[in-house]
Amino acid sequence: MMITLLLLGFPLLASLLVLAAGNKLASKLALVLSIGQLAITTYAYCVYKQHGAEAFYFFHEWISNPKISLHFGLDGLSFLMVALTNFLTPLIILSAFNRTIERAAGYFSLILLMQFALNGVFMSMDGMLYYIFWELALIPIYFIALRWGGPNRVPVTLKFFIYTLAGSLLMLFGFIMLYWYNPNQSFDIRDLYNASICACKQGWLFWTFFLAFAIKIPIVPFHTWQADTYKEAPTQGTMLLSGIMLKMGTYSLLRWLLPILPSGVAEWGPLAITLCVVGIVYASIIAIMQKDLKKLLAYSSVAHVGLISAGIFALNMQGFQGSVVQMLAHGVNVIGLFFCADIIFNRTNTLDIDSLGGIRNLAPKFNTLFMVVVLGSVALPLTNGFIGEFLLLFGVYEYNTWLSVFAGLTIILGAVYMLRMFQRTMLGNVNEHITSFPDLKWNEKIVLGVIAGVIILLGIYPKPVFDIAEPALQLILGKSIGK
Amino acid sequence: MTEQILHDSIFIMPGILIPLLPLIGFLINGLFGKYIPKALASWLATLVILGSFICSVFVFMNLDAAGSVTIDLFQWIAFSKVNIGFSFLIDPLTVVMLLVITGIGFLIHLYSIGYMHDDEGVTRFFTYLNLFIFFMLLLVMGSNYLVMFIGWEGVGLCSYLLIGFWFKNDAYNNAAKKAFVMNRIGDLGFLLGMFFILFNFGTLEYGAVASQAAMMTPNSMLLVSITLLLFVGAMGKSAQLPLYTWLPDAMAGPTPVSALIHAATMVTAGIYMVVRSNVLFAMAPHTLDVILVVGVATSVFAAVIGLMQNDIKKVLAYSTVSQLGLMFAALGLGAFSSGMFHVVTHAFFKACLFLGSGSVIHALHGEQDIRKMGGLKKLIPVTYLTFIIASFAISGFPLLSGFFSKDEILAHAFEQNKLIWGILSISSMITAFYMFRLVYLTFFGTFRGTDETKKHIHESPLTITIPLIVLCLLSIVGGVLGLPSVFHATHLFGTYLSSVTEPSKAFLHEHEALSHSSEIMLMSFAGLAAIAAIVFAYQKYVKKGEQPADEASLTGLNKWISNKFYVDELYDKVVVKPMLVLSDLFMVVVDKLIIDLAVNAVAWAVGITGRATRLIQTGNTGFYIFAMVLSMVVLFVIRLLA
Repeated sequence: MMITLLLLGFPLLASLLVLAAGNKLASKLALVLSIGQLAITTYAYCVYKQHGAEAFYFFHEWISNPKISLHFGLDGLSFLMVALTNFLTPLIILSAFNRTIERAAGYFSLILLMQFALNGVFMSMDGMLYYIFWELALIPIYFIALRWGGPNRVPVTLKFFIYTLAGSLLMLFGFIMLYWYNPNQSFDIRDLYNASICACKQGWLFWTFFLAFAIKIPIVPFHTWQADTYKEAPTQGTMLLSGIMLKMGTYSLLRWLLPILPSGVAEWGPLAITLCVVGIVYASIIAIMQKDLKKLLAYSSVAHVGLISAGIFALNMQGFQGSVVQMLAHGVNVIGLFFCADIIFNRTNTLDIDSLGGIRNLAPKFNTLFMVVVLGSVALPLTNGFIGEFLLLFGVYEYNTWLSVFAGLTIILGAVYMLRMFQRTMLGNVNEHITSFPDLKWNEKIVLGVIAGVIILLGIYPKPVFDIAEPALQLILGKSIGK
Repeated sequence: MTEQILHDSIFIMPGILIPLLPLIGFLINGLFGKYIPKALASWLATLVILGSFICSVFVFMNLDAAGSVTIDLFQWIAFSKVNIGFSFLIDPLTVVMLLVITGIGFLIHLYSIGYMHDDEGVTRFFTYLNLFIFFMLLLVMGSNYLVMFIGWEGVGLCSYLLIGFWFKNDAYNNAAKKAFVMNRIGDLGFLLGMFFILFNFGTLEYGAVASQAAMMTPNSMLLVSITLLLFVGAMGKSAQLPLYTWLPDAMAGPTPVSALIHAATMVTAGIYMVVRSNVLFAMAPHTLDVILVVGVATSVFAAVIGLMQNDIKKVLAYSTVSQLGLMFAALGLGAFSSGMFHVVTHAFFKACLFLGSGSVIHALHGEQDIRKMGGLKKLIPVTYLTFIIASFAISGFPLLSGFFSKDEILAHAFEQNKLIWGILSISSMITAFYMFRLVYLTFFGTFRGTDETKKHIHESPLTITIPLIVLCLLSIVGGVLGLPSVFHATHLFGTYLSSVTEPSKAFLHEHEALSHSSEIMLMSFAGLAAIAAIVFAYQKYVKKGEQPADEASLTGLNKWISNKFYVDELYDKVVVKPMLVLSDLFMVVVDKLIIDLAVNAVAWAVGITGRATRLIQTGNTGFYIFAMVLSMVVLFVIRLLA
């Protein structure tokens, strides 16, 4: 119980401390505190191993009418998402070292505030509480993008903010309706899971949630905010968005949509999975011809999360397990990729693929680690990406053979756009625009080294992840297919 | 039972060491290569492969011909519904592949020490080469399809890294990317095939899959789908029509790579996979027919292209494609062990040929065009002698290794289908012709390069010539492994593999074995045909001293052949270009013009509504009262009407 509050509250405290510490100390303090949070997470893992999910149950009455309570919990699914968040945050903070960042206290404080909100999203077991954290997460990222972003940041950030907010409002409406429709009249997840809402209402309720999540993930055609936002946001903002924040969407599909509205899913799931699969191929094809490195990665990300969502809507165990592994894998890999883009931009001042090339000649260490991350992303066996893609595609296969053939094109197209990008930036002769390219600095070595290590480790031995996720996914699957 | 376990346990250590040693070599050179002198790094990489070879020999000596050992390492992808272990299976088929991979692999590592000596990236080269051997060993040692798939894609990665080894050259980088992507097309087939198997049989272990499949109806939709999908994977990896165009381009890699990966080992993975799944394939005769047609077509098609190539490595590359086609033809005929036999003999002579071509290129300082060679016979005698003997072997000259392995396939074809036999015989004759066109243009006549080059021509060092000699000897005597029954000897190779291929026998059509007299007749015919082709080439290129015509002056069919039937150009027009156009189209039209415009239109509509309603907020109290009264009246009216 205490561990739950500690896990949740520590980043908030850290955020305030960093803000108070001033610009000079901010980055170092933020790193230390985020590592502290990682240590707490490790301790939480030990507790979870020993006592299971019950040890994390926290319940406190908050508002009586309407009934909203402070209900936090941590089952296997939530734990893995929390672990991802708290593992990536120190890396994200460390990636900002050796870069000049103005008003650093505010910047790192906001990153930690973001961490707080994300932890809250993954641990909330009350619908309204969850909604509050969901919206809270939008505030720090909005300011990070708006104040520290690129030249075109103002309109782009506004579009991102309003687009996701519009989706969230639909979800809020959905939650209010759920409150009225369930016999216990509460937002508590246990009540919602047992509400058995009339199938006649589940159809349209499905859309209120699905749209909110589809915008956040994003699923094609709700993705048009993304590429520009990724491009304009500062690197750490892009990492937070792509590495963790979009997992809020896929996580929520599993947690708040499938088990609560099974009839809605039965009715609209086929359309949703089709959208996801079309989106995979569509985004992959677009990625091939992108000239801006960050935009290319953004579209590749749309393709990857499209497959994650498709695996979830496949409504079977391998799809679910695949989606969980791939959420972790994609989080790690995409942060690695955006960091590589940052390293390139830091030295060449451009992300235009045509003005790059031949970097391998100048920075062999960078080349090797970049290659490993690319391999993880194209799902080579023995990397984390393979475990995820194999299970996701197998999940989709069980749902519908032809859909899996179409979705499977991702392994071909993924190789096309990633290798094309790698060749044009790293291989060949050194582009004349590049005057010098120092190899990795110490912090860059650590960040990319750790990421490369995880890519291979998770690819060789993913079993602990399966074991942790299994009971929670069993429960969700049971509810989702109405058993 | 306990004795059996005790006996099996002696295989665990060497079984694990076989792939582990190359992995260790890869890790040491990969992580600390900077601090290790180049010579030490190359020898280290070579010796770990020797270690693997010794372990493989140990396994070979101790494993009963009918025996098999499974080594379970750990659970890999395992939860409620799925249980895929990371485990190895060692049986005669694996052992054959192990010996070929580590044996030839060792020789080629040794060769590379001399060949890559002056390259600045020599440590990197050996790092990749060790990694390749590791993945190739996983491919043949896995006890289920998914572990095979690790090796399958892993060797693809190494092939990518090694084709693009000289990464400053963009043409090489393109070739590397092409190889990877084209293999991925095949891999999708393999992956889907695995889904079919896993979903329907609940396992990916070879033994369990085979025994379940054996109980189904032959040619059922399921079995045909599975085998066709697996075969798509094989087409990519083993460069069969229509997925073959990456292999000739792969010659961009250093020559030892061409010898090891793109001739002797990796490209034969497709054959291994089919033989490994022989029960599945035997249960699906429709698929076998497809394989037969693809194999025969590839064999002829590639051989014809080989006639007009002028790059020494390209000739050998097309010959590899053609020989792989021949092996698939054998599989299509249901002659699984004959296909494997040709894999082995082909590994001997094709490795020898590629390494020999490397020695030629080395002597000529990088020249690969046979029009600028000639008369090298005296200048590099060891290379010449080994090269010509290997050429005799691949051409099917009597009593050399290729003669026996080819003859076996041709005999199977003759038993089942005379037309197939005829086509394959023609393909063999073409092979003999273009191989000797290559030999004569390279080693006979007078030197056609510059005097400057000629001055520097020298025989290669021992690390290069020793592997050549060993491989040459193997090309000569390799046939002993599979003597036909006419010679009153047991077919050692076939007997050794029988425990693997036996289970599928029951599902294949029995064909009447050829009588000894007709077998002798066939063999004599094949031998004479090969000799005739060689003599014809001699007449043309040595006696008459003909030179390959300039490409620009070619017309008609010759022009088509010389340009490889424009297949690359076709793929570019039909697949690549449309894909790029589609990419732009999606971006500009669908994404920007349709989807995003719709999103912005919604925002715009909200904005307009806001601006319009703002006008109502005039601050004029009179207007507000008026609006209130009007609304109330409207409400009343609605109420009354309703």
